[in-house]
Amino acid sequence: MFARGIKRKCFDGEEDIEGTLAGFKSVPSYNLQRQSLLDMSLVKLQLCHMLVEPNLCRSVLIANTVRQIQEEMTQDGTWQVINAQNTGQASLDRLVSSDILCRSTKEQGEGKLVPSYSSFSKDFEDIQSQDIISDLSTVASVQAPRNPQSNVWEMENPQENRGNFQKSLDQIFETLENKNPNSVEDLFSDVDNSYYDLDTVLTGMMSNTKMGHCDVLESFSSQTTTNSNSNCKSDINELDHIVEILVES
Amino acid sequence: MFLKLSLRAVFLGAGGGNDIQWCFSQVKGAVDDDVAEADIISTVEFNHSGELLATGDKGGRVVIFQQEQENKTQTHSRGEYNVYSTFQSHEPEFDYLKSLEIEEKINKIRWLPQKNAAQFLLSTNDKTIKLWKISERDKRPEGYNLKEEDGRYRDPTTVTTLRVPVFRPMDLMVEASPRRIFANAHTYHINSISINSDYETYLSADDLRINLWHLEITDRSFNIVDIKPANMEELTEVITAAEFHPNSCNTFVYSSSKGTIRLCDMRASALCDRHSKLFEEPEDPSNRSFFSEIISSISDVKFSHSGRYMMTRDYLSVKIWDLNMENRPVETYQVHEYLRSKLCSLYENDCIFDKFECCWNGSDSVVMTGSYNNFFRMFDRNTKRDITLEASRENNKPRTVLKPRKVCASGKRKKDEISVDSLDFNKKILHTAWHPKENIIAVATTNNLYIFQDKVN
Repeated sequence: MFARGIKRKCFDGEEDIEGTLAGFKSVPSYNLQRQSLLDMSLVKLQLCHMLVEPNLCRSVLIANTVRQIQEEMTQDGTWQVINAQNTGQASLDRLVSSDILCRSTKEQGEGKLVPSYSSFSKDFEDIQSQDIISDLSTVASVQAPRNPQSNVWEMENPQENRGNFQKSLDQIFETLENKNPNSVEDLFSDVDNSYYDLDTVLTGMMSNTKMGHCDVLESFSSQTTTNSNSNCKSDINELDHIVEILVES
Repeated sequence: MFLKLSLRAVFLGAGGGNDIQWCFSQVKGAVDDDVAEADIISTVEFNHSGELLATGDKGGRVVIFQQEQENKTQTHSRGEYNVYSTFQSHEPEFDYLKSLEIEEKINKIRWLPQKNAAQFLLSTNDKTIKLWKISERDKRPEGYNLKEEDGRYRDPTTVTTLRVPVFRPMDLMVEASPRRIFANAHTYHINSISINSDYETYLSADDLRINLWHLEITDRSFNIVDIKPANMEELTEVITAAEFHPNSCNTFVYSSSKGTIRLCDMRASALCDRHSKLFEEPEDPSNRSFFSEIISSISDVKFSHSGRYMMTRDYLSVKIWDLNMENRPVETYQVHEYLRSKLCSLYENDCIFDKFECCWNGSDSVVMTGSYNNFFRMFDRNTKRDITLEASRENNKPRTVLKPRKVCASGKRKKDEISVDSLDFNKKILHTAWHPKENIIAVATTNNLYIFQDKVN
């Protein structure tokens, strides 16, 4: 589908000046632009209105875009596993401004591999990442081989993993791809037929209590609400697990 | 087949040919720039005769305008549209199980053909469809024997004579009452409703399913299309619009976010998951980008009045399809091709997800759709000419002919042209409607409704 070599005009910038290298300003590489597009898409997927259900069409289109980028990056070999590190300053760099993103590029693939795959601005980091990682990381399932196993327990202390954005991205992906029936209800969460499931009833009750927890995030309009069901399902799993351990000990 | 000349009013010298000259007629809505969110217009629809024009807004209200009867002495303009009825169609709701609000925004209005004195329309928000009856009352009974004029009951013992009550004229009162409420059939957000040509059934479509209803029956609907995957994580495509064929009551189409249109025949099976025809244009490899899929997503699909063609609107173009040819459209019109190089910015500010609608004129010879900066575009299928006009209060003298606008994509900007970077992307025209018989169009900006007519000599 995305055979290499096909010219892509994926970013803005047929410049007004006809043709060529007018103004030798530094133009970001294709990889960087693609990375920024990926970051932007992921942020879009996570930000949504607090109270109203997100637009499914928009979410699907953005998710498809993210998948496209991931496929291409996989083919390129630039999709890597990243260890947990406090990226701090580095992550700021990676939130490339739209100005750069949308400039035309003259250099294609200068071979520079972008080391890490997520960026959240410093403002977002503290709160959003903590919440998102705790939300999304509770996928209690075995990940695809290329990822480090990220079970629930690693994510118990979100502070430590605040820098581990790669995991959160993968988890967003896995919520899209994962076949595990226990997986977190994802962006396309559907509660219709399960109205009368015990799970859902419990979830519904839990999600009301969960709401208070998320008040602090209102200003960032996180995806918490739509994921609250998923939070709570996995919270229930967590609780079960904790109880098991306590009982055993 | 089509009455090409009957609707053309004026022959223009300079431009040549027999193009219509569009004139400002009216504008409805608040003047100030501060737009109240509830006033944002979300749908516009003429009824079958064109006498009534309905709008729905984000606040859940429906406003119906009625065209004045033409004054025989006033030959230079057609009747004006004035407010006929206003009512609150939908209220905000709260889904307690999901902890989510259900918006009261009216997504679509569709009129039923008139069968008696009353008018009927269907209006829908994200979850519930309602059938409204709009009726007039211009007489009231007077002269009851047992009641006073103000309604108080008389003491029967004081009645000494009898009289027959009579109807006396009163000020016209237009009443809207909900006759049917079709609820609880959609898990996802309803994007389309379409009344069947049998005038007994209609369909409603959400992101993943299409249901068939009978207008008389509210507690049951049939699911006729379901594209929900067993595993929601496999979801890659949603339904974006659906419409019944204007003549064949067994045929309908639905469009998808991947740029395909499926035509289904309800006679083939109860669940129309297998299409009878699949309309899809192969992608142009030279234009491939990460945004290709997003801009191919179809935001509106409309059959021509004749039923032979259908029109689809995607982000950058309008396409006309012949129902007999599935592999490509017969005509393609570029709405704002100059945006192709700006897709990244438009993705960032979410404008790339704007859903523009499109419409046919009564004779299927001209199609219209909206754009940004309060521009809207018309394409004449016969002459292949197109025109860009602006809905703005600057030209608000009646019978002022609208000046064609032009966007300068690159290079030197000529006088009167506007450059792409100066376009206001917050001023978008998503909803337009064309009178079924005459050259009168209704164009909705964010919170104003403009009515334009062709120049009548």
